[in-house]
Amino acid sequence: MGSVTSSEREFINAWQRDFPLERRPFRRIASMVEETETEVMATVRDLIRRDVVSRLGAVVAPNTAGASTLAAMAVPPARLEEVAEIVSAEPAVNHNYEREHAFNLWFVVTASDAEELRATLDRIARTTGLPVIDLPLEQSYHIDLGFPI
Amino acid sequence: MDRALLAAIEDGLPVVSSPYADIARQIGTSEDDVIGRLKRLLGEGVVKRLGLVVRHRAVGFDANAMVVWDIGDADVDRVAEKLAAQPFVTLCYRRPRRLPEWPYNLFCMIHGRDRRTVRKQIAELNASADLEGVPTAVLFSKRCFKQRGARFSTANMEPAA
Repeated sequence: MGSVTSSEREFINAWQRDFPLERRPFRRIASMVEETETEVMATVRDLIRRDVVSRLGAVVAPNTAGASTLAAMAVPPARLEEVAEIVSAEPAVNHNYEREHAFNLWFVVTASDAEELRATLDRIARTTGLPVIDLPLEQSYHIDLGFPI
Repeated sequence: MDRALLAAIEDGLPVVSSPYADIARQIGTSEDDVIGRLKRLLGEGVVKRLGLVVRHRAVGFDANAMVVWDIGDADVDRVAEKLAAQPFVTLCYRRPRRLPEWPYNLFCMIHGRDRRTVRKQIAELNASADLEGVPTAVLFSKRCFKQRGARFSTANMEPAA
């Protein structure tokens, strides 16, 4: 288990969704957990500072019509780091992971339009000399409610 | 205006006593308009949730598997609804096959504390939707080379893989 206290875990589990939509949301939470507004804000700031929580914010539904895609490459293992660096250097790439499979490099491209998306994938294929498969979202089935940690 | 609002909060709400008033000032509208819009976007399903976004690795969820199957086009929606209902499935998507090298069209993401647990959950998944014998692969993640929050301001986002 990572370094969160049991009260922090409880707090995180309670507030992955339904953050109050009212003028003083932290005061509302404070009244529910019997703390002060300042204490609740300090807890959230601390979780963000420690990188346990990336942000307090909105999770937006994926849009099938967007200029974004999940792409994969089968990279010879000896070239993986070099190719990963080329992929990560693209500004439109926001996640880039190694996975255990013949297709061992997976990345998400989020571009401002279809043309930029295409250009990014083409540039990666050209620079690395390796084919890129493009797997755009067709349908999302899951409702993201956060999940207990 | 909705796009400007999503762009303004893409890095998170400010942790101050009146966060919606801060956002309203940034995009030139009223605090109540921001609150009203966010309520509507949640109601419409454009915003799936508003709250803490956890870094799973930071809280001990070290095993991350992408599980893929090749499901017949006529059955894929029905199977996907079943898989997506399992509490440990964090994302579930249909994507195109790229034959011959990539024959899979249904993707589920599972985050777990360790690989043993995740493998057990995958077995449960296969049993729950009667998927014995269906072509499948499990791709555990290893190194993360780059991770950044999705940018709502530039485009519609692709979910974190």
